Amino acid sequence: MSFEIPDELHYQDSHEWVRVDDGTATIGISDFAQDELGDIVFVELPSEGDDLDAGSDFGVVESIKAVSDVYAPISGSVTAVNEDLLDEPELVNEDPYGDGWMLKVDLADEGELDDLLDAEEYEAQLA
Amino acid sequence: MSLRKPPLYEAHAESGADFTDFGGWEMPVSFSSIRDEHAAVRDSVGLFDVSHMGELSVDGPDATELLHRLTPSDVEGLGDGRALYSCLLRDDGVILDDVIVYDHPTESEYVLVPNAGHDEEMLARLREHKLRWDLDVDLSNKTKETGMVAVQGPDAVERVDAVTADDVTELDPFEALETTIDGVTCLVARTGYTGEDGFEIMFPSEGSDAIEAAFADIQRCGLGARDTLRLEAGLLLSGQDFHSEDEPHDPFETGIGFVVDLDSGDFVGKPALERAVEDGPNEKLVGIRLDERAIARHGHPIVDDGEAIGTVTSGTMSPTLGVPIAMGYVDADFAATGTELTLSIRGRDVDATVVDTPFLDSVDAE
Repeated sequence: MSFEIPDELHYQDSHEWVRVDDGTATIGISDFAQDELGDIVFVELPSEGDDLDAGSDFGVVESIKAVSDVYAPISGSVTAVNEDLLDEPELVNEDPYGDGWMLKVDLADEGELDDLLDAEEYEAQLA
Repeated sequence: MSLRKPPLYEAHAESGADFTDFGGWEMPVSFSSIRDEHAAVRDSVGLFDVSHMGELSVDGPDATELLHRLTPSDVEGLGDGRALYSCLLRDDGVILDDVIVYDHPTESEYVLVPNAGHDEEMLARLREHKLRWDLDVDLSNKTKETGMVAVQGPDAVERVDAVTADDVTELDPFEALETTIDGVTCLVARTGYTGEDGFEIMFPSEGSDAIEAAFADIQRCGLGARDTLRLEAGLLLSGQDFHSEDEPHDPFETGIGFVVDLDSGDFVGKPALERAVEDGPNEKLVGIRLDERAIARHGHPIVDDGEAIGTVTSGTMSPTLGVPIAMGYVDADFAATGTELTLSIRGRDVDATVVDTPFLDSVDAE
Protein backbone atom coordinates (compact mmCIF):
# COMPACT_ATOMS: atom_id res chain seq x y z
CA MET A 1 0.00 0.00 0.00
CA SER A 2 1.51 3.34 -0.93
CA PHE A 3 0.53 6.69 0.47
CA GLU A 4 0.64 10.14 -0.98
CA ILE A 5 3.52 12.17 0.50
CA PRO A 6 3.80 15.53 -1.30
CA ASP A 7 7.42 16.64 -1.72
CA GLU A 8 6.97 20.25 -0.69
CA LEU A 9 5.58 19.59 2.79
CA HIS A 10 7.22 19.16 6.19
CA TYR A 11 6.19 16.21 8.34
CA GLN A 12 6.19 15.30 11.99
CA ASP A 13 6.72 11.70 13.07
CA SER A 14 3.24 11.73 14.66
CA HIS A 15 1.90 12.12 11.07
CA GLU A 16 0.98 15.83 10.90
CA TRP A 17 2.11 17.90 7.89
CA VAL A 18 2.93 21.60 7.49
CA ARG A 19 2.83 23.68 4.34
CA VAL A 20 4.53 27.08 4.61
CA ASP A 21 3.44 29.95 2.45
CA ASP A 22 4.61 33.51 3.18
CA GLY A 23 5.01 33.03 6.93
CA THR A 24 1.68 31.22 7.25
CA ALA A 25 1.76 27.53 8.09
CA THR A 26 -1.13 25.25 7.11
CA ILE A 27 -1.43 22.09 9.22
CA GLY A 28 -3.17 18.77 8.61
CA ILE A 29 -2.65 15.02 8.99
CA SER A 30 -1.02 12.78 6.41
CA ASP A 31 -2.59 10.36 3.97
CA PHE A 32 -1.09 7.53 6.04
CA ALA A 33 -2.69 8.90 9.22
CA GLN A 34 -6.17 9.22 7.71
CA ASP A 35 -5.91 5.69 6.33
CA GLU A 36 -4.80 4.28 9.69
CA LEU A 37 -7.72 5.94 11.45
CA GLY A 38 -10.31 4.93 8.86
CA ASP A 39 -13.64 6.73 8.57
CA ILE A 40 -13.20 10.00 10.43
CA VAL A 41 -16.39 11.15 12.13
CA PHE A 42 -15.32 13.97 14.44
CA VAL A 43 -12.61 16.61 14.54
CA GLU A 44 -12.04 18.87 17.53
CA LEU A 45 -9.87 21.93 16.81
CA PRO A 46 -8.69 25.01 18.72
CA SER A 47 -10.15 28.47 18.06
CA GLU A 48 -8.76 31.37 16.09
CA GLY A 49 -6.31 33.31 18.23
CA ASP A 50 -5.24 30.27 20.31
CA ASP A 51 -1.51 29.67 20.57
CA LEU A 52 0.09 26.39 19.54
CA ASP A 53 3.25 25.00 21.10
CA ALA A 54 5.33 22.71 18.92
CA GLY A 55 4.95 19.15 20.17
CA SER A 56 1.77 19.78 22.22
CA ASP A 57 -1.60 18.34 21.32
CA PHE A 58 -3.95 20.85 19.70
CA GLY A 59 -6.99 18.74 18.92
CA VAL A 60 -8.62 15.37 18.48
CA VAL A 61 -9.42 13.34 15.40
CA GLU A 62 -11.90 10.57 15.94
CA SER A 63 -12.80 7.78 13.56
CA ILE A 64 -15.39 5.07 13.98
CA LYS A 65 -12.74 2.76 15.39
CA ALA A 66 -10.28 5.04 17.19
CA VAL A 67 -9.63 8.41 18.76
CA SER A 68 -6.30 10.15 18.29
CA ASP A 69 -4.73 13.38 19.55
CA VAL A 70 -3.09 15.60 16.96
CA TYR A 71 0.15 17.42 17.78
CA ALA A 72 1.36 20.82 16.69
CA PRO A 73 4.38 20.44 14.42
CA ILE A 74 5.28 24.12 14.92
CA SER A 75 4.49 26.98 17.33
CA GLY A 76 2.40 30.01 16.52
CA SER A 77 -0.94 31.73 16.72
CA VAL A 78 -3.98 30.19 15.00
CA THR A 79 -5.26 32.54 12.27
CA ALA A 80 -7.86 30.24 10.68
CA VAL A 81 -9.68 27.00 11.47
CA ASN A 82 -11.20 24.75 8.81
CA GLU A 83 -14.82 25.05 9.90
CA ASP A 84 -15.91 22.67 7.12
CA LEU A 85 -14.45 19.78 9.11
CA LEU A 86 -17.00 20.25 11.88
CA ASP A 87 -19.80 19.21 9.54
CA GLU A 88 -17.77 17.18 7.07
CA PRO A 89 -14.94 15.49 8.98
CA GLU A 90 -14.74 12.93 6.15
CA LEU A 91 -12.91 15.63 4.13
CA VAL A 92 -9.80 14.56 6.05
CA ASN A 93 -10.16 11.08 4.54
CA GLU A 94 -11.00 12.32 1.08
CA ASP A 95 -8.39 15.05 0.70
CA PRO A 96 -5.92 15.10 3.61
CA TYR A 97 -3.55 17.62 1.98
CA GLY A 98 -6.26 19.80 0.45
CA ASP A 99 -9.84 20.33 1.69
CA GLY A 100 -8.97 18.30 4.78
CA TRP A 101 -6.53 20.93 6.16
CA MET A 102 -7.09 21.78 9.84
CA LEU A 103 -5.43 25.04 10.89
CA LYS A 104 -3.59 28.04 9.53
CA VAL A 105 -0.98 29.36 11.91
CA ASP A 106 1.13 32.49 12.02
CA LEU A 107 4.53 30.82 12.18
CA ALA A 108 6.44 31.97 15.29
CA ASP A 109 9.84 30.48 14.51
CA GLU A 110 10.82 29.31 11.03
CA GLY A 111 13.75 27.49 12.62
CA GLU A 112 11.32 24.90 14.00
CA LEU A 113 10.79 23.63 10.45
CA ASP A 114 14.32 22.24 10.55
CA ASP A 115 13.24 19.84 13.29
CA LEU A 116 10.62 18.30 11.00
CA LEU A 117 11.02 15.53 8.42
CA ASP A 118 11.08 16.11 4.69
CA ALA A 119 9.02 13.90 2.38
CA GLU A 120 11.82 11.43 1.86
CA GLU A 121 12.53 11.05 5.58
CA TYR A 122 8.85 10.70 6.36
CA GLU A 123 8.43 8.05 3.69
CA ALA A 124 11.40 6.16 5.14
CA GLN A 125 9.75 6.26 8.55
CA LEU A 126 6.56 4.69 7.16
CA ALA A 127 8.47 1.90 5.41
CA MET B 1 0.03 -16.90 23.69
CA SER B 2 -0.68 -16.72 20.00
CA LEU B 3 -3.95 -15.56 18.53
CA ARG B 4 -6.38 -18.04 17.03
CA LYS B 5 -6.98 -17.51 13.33
CA PRO B 6 -10.24 -18.12 11.49
CA PRO B 7 -10.06 -20.67 8.62
CA LEU B 8 -10.50 -17.82 6.12
CA TYR B 9 -7.59 -15.80 7.53
CA GLU B 10 -5.47 -16.12 4.39
CA ALA B 11 -8.34 -15.13 2.15
CA HIS B 12 -8.97 -12.03 4.29
CA ALA B 13 -5.30 -11.08 4.24
CA GLU B 14 -5.29 -11.34 0.44
CA SER B 15 -8.31 -9.03 0.30
CA GLY B 16 -6.29 -6.39 2.14
CA ALA B 17 -8.11 -6.59 5.47
CA ASP B 18 -6.84 -4.84 8.60
CA PHE B 19 -6.84 -7.23 11.55
CA THR B 20 -7.39 -6.89 15.28
CA ASP B 21 -7.32 -9.11 18.34
CA PHE B 22 -10.89 -9.89 19.33
CA GLY B 23 -11.53 -12.40 22.08
CA GLY B 24 -8.16 -14.02 21.38
CA TRP B 25 -8.81 -14.26 17.63
CA GLU B 26 -7.06 -12.37 14.88
CA MET B 27 -10.09 -11.08 12.99
CA PRO B 28 -10.61 -8.59 10.15
CA VAL B 29 -11.73 -5.11 11.35
CA SER B 30 -12.38 -3.76 7.90
CA PHE B 31 -11.73 -4.60 4.28
CA SER B 32 -12.37 -1.28 2.57
CA SER B 33 -14.04 1.21 4.90
CA ILE B 34 -16.33 0.63 7.85
CA ARG B 35 -18.76 3.13 6.37
CA ASP B 36 -18.93 1.34 3.00
CA GLU B 37 -19.23 -2.09 4.60
CA HIS B 38 -21.96 -0.81 6.92
CA ALA B 39 -23.87 0.70 3.99
CA ALA B 40 -23.64 -2.54 2.01
CA VAL B 41 -25.46 -4.40 4.78
CA ARG B 42 -28.15 -1.74 5.21
CA ASP B 43 -28.67 -1.29 1.45
CA SER B 44 -28.00 -4.70 -0.10
CA VAL B 45 -25.88 -7.46 1.44
CA GLY B 46 -22.60 -8.10 3.27
CA LEU B 47 -20.65 -11.16 4.40
CA PHE B 48 -18.99 -11.48 7.80
CA ASP B 49 -16.58 -14.17 8.93
CA VAL B 50 -17.78 -14.96 12.44
CA SER B 51 -15.74 -18.12 12.94
CA HIS B 52 -14.52 -16.64 16.23
CA MET B 53 -17.90 -17.43 17.77
CA GLY B 54 -17.84 -20.58 19.89
CA GLU B 55 -19.68 -23.79 18.98
CA LEU B 56 -20.35 -26.33 21.71
CA SER B 57 -22.09 -29.59 20.99
CA VAL B 58 -24.47 -30.66 23.75
CA ASP B 59 -25.81 -34.14 23.13
CA GLY B 60 -27.17 -37.15 24.99
CA PRO B 61 -30.39 -38.08 26.81
CA ASP B 62 -30.19 -35.23 29.33
CA ALA B 63 -28.93 -32.48 27.00
CA THR B 64 -32.26 -30.64 27.10
CA GLU B 65 -32.37 -30.68 30.88
CA LEU B 66 -28.81 -29.37 31.21
CA LEU B 67 -29.47 -26.38 28.94
CA HIS B 68 -32.91 -25.78 30.41
CA ARG B 69 -31.44 -25.54 33.90
CA LEU B 70 -28.40 -23.48 32.88
CA THR B 71 -30.33 -20.79 31.02
CA PRO B 72 -33.34 -18.76 32.17
CA SER B 73 -35.15 -19.69 28.95
CA ASP B 74 -37.53 -22.45 27.93
CA VAL B 75 -35.14 -24.79 26.12
CA GLU B 76 -37.63 -27.67 26.63
CA GLY B 77 -40.05 -25.74 24.43
CA LEU B 78 -37.67 -25.68 21.47
CA GLY B 79 -38.11 -28.22 18.70
CA ASP B 80 -35.86 -29.58 15.97
CA GLY B 81 -34.55 -26.77 13.83
CA ARG B 82 -35.51 -24.03 16.29
CA ALA B 83 -33.14 -21.67 18.06
CA LEU B 84 -33.38 -19.16 20.86
CA TYR B 85 -31.36 -16.26 22.20
CA SER B 86 -30.53 -16.61 25.89
CA CYS B 87 -27.71 -16.26 28.39
CA LEU B 88 -25.85 -18.20 31.04
CA LEU B 89 -26.16 -16.76 34.52
CA ARG B 90 -24.18 -16.89 37.69
CA ASP B 91 -26.01 -17.90 40.91
CA ASP B 92 -26.47 -14.20 41.70
CA GLY B 93 -28.24 -13.63 38.38
CA VAL B 94 -25.31 -11.86 36.71
CA ILE B 95 -24.90 -12.63 32.99
CA LEU B 96 -21.76 -14.63 32.18
CA ASP B 97 -22.34 -14.62 28.44
CA ASP B 98 -25.19 -14.35 25.97
CA VAL B 99 -25.68 -17.30 23.65
CA ILE B 100 -27.80 -18.78 20.91
CA VAL B 101 -29.06 -22.32 21.52
CA TYR B 102 -29.80 -24.26 18.33
CA ASP B 103 -31.84 -27.44 18.52
CA HIS B 104 -30.20 -29.21 15.59
CA PRO B 105 -32.70 -29.84 12.75
CA THR B 106 -31.53 -33.39 12.01
CA GLU B 107 -29.26 -34.53 14.85
CA SER B 108 -30.20 -35.13 18.47
CA GLU B 109 -27.65 -32.53 19.61
CA TYR B 110 -27.96 -28.91 20.55
CA VAL B 111 -25.39 -26.41 19.33
CA LEU B 112 -24.65 -23.72 21.89
CA VAL B 113 -22.99 -20.63 20.43
CA PRO B 114 -21.26 -18.40 22.99
CA ASN B 115 -19.15 -15.34 22.18
CA ALA B 116 -15.57 -15.28 20.97
CA GLY B 117 -13.16 -16.47 23.63
CA HIS B 118 -15.93 -17.79 25.91
CA ASP B 119 -16.08 -21.32 24.51
CA GLU B 120 -13.79 -22.96 27.09
CA GLU B 121 -15.37 -21.09 30.01
CA MET B 122 -18.90 -22.05 28.95
CA LEU B 123 -17.87 -25.64 28.29
CA ALA B 124 -16.40 -25.82 31.79
CA ARG B 125 -19.65 -24.49 33.19
CA LEU B 126 -21.70 -27.07 31.32
CA ARG B 127 -19.36 -29.83 32.45
CA GLU B 128 -19.44 -28.73 36.08
CA HIS B 129 -23.24 -28.74 36.18
CA LYS B 130 -23.54 -31.98 34.25
CA LEU B 131 -21.47 -33.61 37.01
CA ARG B 132 -23.20 -31.77 39.84
CA TRP B 133 -26.64 -32.77 38.60
CA ASP B 134 -25.47 -36.23 37.50
CA LEU B 135 -26.80 -35.83 33.95
CA ASP B 136 -26.11 -38.07 30.96
CA VAL B 137 -24.75 -35.49 28.48
CA ASP B 138 -21.95 -35.59 25.91
CA LEU B 139 -20.13 -32.28 25.63
CA SER B 140 -17.59 -31.26 23.04
CA ASN B 141 -16.02 -28.04 21.89
CA LYS B 142 -16.41 -27.76 18.10
CA THR B 143 -15.15 -24.17 17.87
CA LYS B 144 -11.89 -25.04 16.14
CA GLU B 145 -13.35 -27.32 13.51
CA THR B 146 -16.39 -25.14 12.78
CA GLY B 147 -16.48 -22.19 10.43
CA MET B 148 -19.24 -19.62 10.51
CA VAL B 149 -20.22 -16.76 8.25
CA ALA B 150 -23.09 -14.30 8.46
CA VAL B 151 -24.77 -13.07 5.29
CA GLN B 152 -26.83 -10.03 6.22
CA GLY B 153 -28.88 -7.37 4.47
CA PRO B 154 -32.08 -6.91 2.49
CA ASP B 155 -30.69 -9.04 -0.37
CA ALA B 156 -29.33 -11.78 1.91
CA VAL B 157 -32.26 -14.18 1.53
CA GLU B 158 -32.06 -14.15 -2.25
CA ARG B 159 -28.27 -14.46 -2.28
CA VAL B 160 -28.13 -17.35 0.18
CA ASP B 161 -31.04 -19.15 -1.43
CA ALA B 162 -29.22 -18.97 -4.77
CA VAL B 163 -26.37 -21.16 -3.45
CA THR B 164 -28.12 -23.59 -1.08
CA ALA B 165 -29.34 -26.98 -2.23
CA ASP B 166 -32.61 -26.46 -0.32
CA ASP B 167 -35.04 -23.57 -0.14
CA VAL B 168 -34.13 -21.28 2.76
CA THR B 169 -36.61 -18.51 1.97
CA GLU B 170 -39.35 -20.00 4.15
CA LEU B 171 -37.25 -20.18 7.33
CA ASP B 172 -38.71 -18.19 10.20
CA PRO B 173 -36.51 -15.98 12.36
CA PHE B 174 -34.54 -18.27 14.70
CA GLU B 175 -35.26 -21.30 12.54
CA ALA B 176 -32.47 -23.40 11.04
CA LEU B 177 -32.15 -26.15 8.47
CA GLU B 178 -29.39 -28.43 7.30
CA THR B 179 -28.50 -28.15 3.64
CA THR B 180 -25.44 -28.01 1.41
CA ILE B 181 -23.57 -25.22 -0.33
CA ASP B 182 -21.37 -26.54 -3.14
CA GLY B 183 -21.33 -29.95 -1.47
CA VAL B 184 -20.46 -28.64 1.99
CA THR B 185 -22.99 -29.57 4.69
CA CYS B 186 -24.18 -26.42 6.46
CA LEU B 187 -26.47 -25.39 9.23
CA VAL B 188 -28.27 -22.33 7.87
CA ALA B 189 -30.11 -20.27 10.48
CA ARG B 190 -32.19 -17.14 10.08
CA THR B 191 -30.30 -15.23 12.74
CA GLY B 192 -27.92 -12.29 12.78
CA TYR B 193 -26.42 -9.38 14.63
CA THR B 194 -27.06 -6.42 12.36
CA GLY B 195 -30.75 -5.57 12.61
CA GLU B 196 -31.19 -6.77 9.01
CA ASP B 197 -32.68 -9.94 7.62
CA GLY B 198 -30.19 -12.68 6.84
CA PHE B 199 -28.53 -15.89 7.89
CA GLU B 200 -25.74 -17.27 9.97
CA ILE B 201 -24.20 -20.35 8.39
CA MET B 202 -22.13 -22.96 10.25
CA PHE B 203 -20.00 -25.53 8.42
CA PRO B 204 -16.97 -27.79 8.96
CA SER B 205 -13.90 -25.56 8.70
CA GLU B 206 -12.42 -27.60 5.85
CA GLY B 207 -15.36 -26.36 3.74
CA SER B 208 -14.42 -22.71 4.32
CA ASP B 209 -12.90 -22.12 0.89
CA ALA B 210 -15.98 -23.49 -0.86
CA ILE B 211 -18.26 -21.29 1.23
CA GLU B 212 -16.09 -18.24 0.61
CA ALA B 213 -16.14 -18.99 -3.14
CA ALA B 214 -19.93 -19.39 -3.15
CA PHE B 215 -20.27 -15.82 -1.86
CA ALA B 216 -17.29 -14.43 -3.80
CA ASP B 217 -19.07 -11.34 -5.11
CA ILE B 218 -20.61 -10.21 -1.81
CA GLN B 219 -19.01 -7.27 0.04
CA ARG B 220 -16.70 -8.49 2.83
CA CYS B 221 -17.41 -6.81 6.14
CA GLY B 222 -15.22 -6.69 9.24
CA LEU B 223 -15.78 -6.36 12.95
CA GLY B 224 -15.85 -2.56 12.65
CA ALA B 225 -19.05 -2.60 10.61
CA ARG B 226 -20.40 -5.47 12.69
CA ASP B 227 -20.09 -3.20 15.73
CA THR B 228 -21.74 -0.13 14.19
CA LEU B 229 -24.55 -2.27 12.75
CA ARG B 230 -25.31 -4.09 16.01
CA LEU B 231 -25.20 -0.84 17.95
CA GLU B 232 -27.69 0.88 15.64
CA ALA B 233 -29.90 -2.17 16.18
CA GLY B 234 -29.50 -1.87 19.97
CA LEU B 235 -27.93 -5.33 20.28
CA LEU B 236 -25.55 -6.13 23.12
CA LEU B 237 -21.84 -6.88 22.90
CA SER B 238 -20.70 -9.40 25.50
CA GLY B 239 -17.72 -8.21 27.53
CA GLN B 240 -18.50 -4.60 26.71
CA ASP B 241 -22.19 -3.95 27.46
CA PHE B 242 -22.07 -6.56 30.20
CA HIS B 243 -19.18 -8.37 31.83
CA SER B 244 -19.35 -10.67 34.84
CA GLU B 245 -16.49 -8.84 36.61
CA ASP B 246 -16.25 -5.31 35.19
CA GLU B 247 -19.91 -4.60 34.40
CA PRO B 248 -21.95 -7.21 36.31
CA HIS B 249 -25.66 -7.02 35.51
CA ASP B 250 -28.66 -9.29 35.40
CA PRO B 251 -30.85 -9.69 32.28
CA PHE B 252 -33.42 -7.14 33.50
CA GLU B 253 -30.85 -4.37 33.99
CA THR B 254 -29.34 -5.24 30.64
CA GLY B 255 -32.68 -4.98 28.85
CA ILE B 256 -32.95 -8.64 27.83
CA GLY B 257 -35.57 -9.61 30.41
CA PHE B 258 -37.50 -11.16 27.51
CA VAL B 259 -35.20 -14.21 27.66
CA VAL B 260 -36.24 -14.92 31.25
CA ASP B 261 -39.07 -17.39 31.76
CA LEU B 262 -39.69 -17.62 35.50
CA ASP B 263 -42.45 -20.22 34.92
CA SER B 264 -40.28 -22.79 33.16
CA GLY B 265 -38.89 -24.58 36.20
CA ASP B 266 -35.68 -24.16 38.15
CA PHE B 267 -32.57 -22.66 36.61
CA VAL B 268 -29.27 -21.27 37.85
CA GLY B 269 -29.82 -17.72 39.04
CA LYS B 270 -33.61 -18.02 39.36
CA PRO B 271 -33.91 -17.00 43.06
CA ALA B 272 -31.79 -13.92 42.37
CA LEU B 273 -33.92 -12.96 39.36
CA GLU B 274 -37.14 -13.45 41.35
CA ARG B 275 -35.80 -11.02 43.94
CA ALA B 276 -34.78 -8.64 41.16
CA VAL B 277 -38.32 -8.68 39.77
CA GLU B 278 -39.70 -7.89 43.22
CA ASP B 279 -37.24 -5.06 43.92
CA GLY B 280 -37.05 -3.62 40.42
CA PRO B 281 -33.71 -2.85 38.79
CA ASN B 282 -31.33 -0.27 40.34
CA GLU B 283 -29.74 0.45 37.01
CA LYS B 284 -30.82 0.05 33.43
CA LEU B 285 -29.03 -0.09 30.13
CA VAL B 286 -30.51 2.66 27.94
CA GLY B 287 -30.12 3.95 24.42
CA ILE B 288 -28.56 7.40 24.27
CA ARG B 289 -28.60 9.95 21.47
CA LEU B 290 -25.91 12.62 21.73
CA ASP B 291 -27.27 16.07 20.99
CA GLU B 292 -23.86 17.48 20.00
CA ARG B 293 -21.15 16.20 17.72
CA ALA B 294 -18.94 13.98 19.89
CA ILE B 295 -18.33 10.27 20.21
CA ALA B 296 -19.06 8.53 23.49
CA ARG B 297 -16.83 5.55 24.20
CA HIS B 298 -16.84 2.66 26.65
CA GLY B 299 -16.20 3.94 30.18
CA HIS B 300 -17.17 7.58 29.70
CA PRO B 301 -19.12 8.80 32.76
CA ILE B 302 -22.78 9.81 32.60
CA VAL B 303 -23.50 12.67 35.01
CA ASP B 304 -26.39 14.72 36.34
CA ASP B 305 -25.61 18.03 38.02
CA GLY B 306 -22.01 16.97 38.40
CA GLU B 307 -22.94 13.68 40.05
CA ALA B 308 -22.09 10.35 38.42
CA ILE B 309 -25.29 8.45 37.55
CA GLY B 310 -23.93 5.92 35.08
CA THR B 311 -21.38 4.80 32.53
CA VAL B 312 -21.30 4.48 28.76
CA THR B 313 -20.69 0.91 27.59
CA SER B 314 -20.74 1.37 23.79
CA GLY B 315 -20.82 4.37 21.49
CA THR B 316 -20.22 5.35 17.90
CA MET B 317 -21.19 7.70 15.14
CA SER B 318 -24.15 5.97 13.54
CA PRO B 319 -23.25 5.64 9.85
CA THR B 320 -26.89 5.20 8.84
CA LEU B 321 -28.34 8.04 10.91
CA GLY B 322 -25.39 10.45 10.87
CA VAL B 323 -25.95 10.97 14.60
CA PRO B 324 -23.71 9.92 17.50
CA ILE B 325 -25.36 7.14 19.54
CA ALA B 326 -24.42 5.20 22.64
CA MET B 327 -25.63 2.71 25.21
CA GLY B 328 -24.91 2.85 28.88
CA TYR B 329 -26.16 2.03 32.35
CA VAL B 330 -27.93 4.75 34.31
CA ASP B 331 -29.63 4.81 37.70
CA ALA B 332 -33.19 3.61 37.17
CA ASP B 333 -34.51 7.12 37.95
CA PHE B 334 -32.86 8.39 34.77
CA ALA B 335 -33.87 5.55 32.47
CA ALA B 336 -37.16 6.91 31.10
CA THR B 337 -37.27 7.70 27.39
CA GLY B 338 -36.68 11.42 26.87
CA THR B 339 -34.60 11.93 30.03
CA GLU B 340 -31.86 14.49 29.46
CA LEU B 341 -28.38 13.36 30.43
CA THR B 342 -24.89 14.80 30.35
CA LEU B 343 -21.99 12.71 29.11
CA SER B 344 -18.50 13.55 30.25
CA ILE B 345 -16.32 12.98 27.18
CA ARG B 346 -12.63 13.60 27.82
CA GLY B 347 -13.44 16.43 30.20
CA ARG B 348 -16.11 18.00 28.02
CA ASP B 349 -19.81 17.99 28.98
CA VAL B 350 -22.00 16.82 26.11
CA ASP B 351 -25.81 16.95 26.16
CA ALA B 352 -27.60 13.70 25.43
CA THR B 353 -31.08 12.18 25.61
CA VAL B 354 -32.38 8.72 26.53
CA VAL B 355 -34.00 7.14 23.47
CA ASP B 356 -35.58 3.78 22.72
CA THR B 357 -33.64 1.07 20.90
CA PRO B 358 -33.28 0.04 18.14
CA PHE B 359 -31.89 3.47 17.30
CA LEU B 360 -32.85 2.91 13.66
CA ASP B 361 -36.51 3.19 14.67
CA SER B 362 -36.25 5.91 17.31
CA VAL B 363 -33.69 8.42 16.05
CA ASP B 364 -34.24 10.70 13.06
CA ALA B 365 -31.43 10.71 10.52
CA GLU B 366 -29.61 14.00 10.00
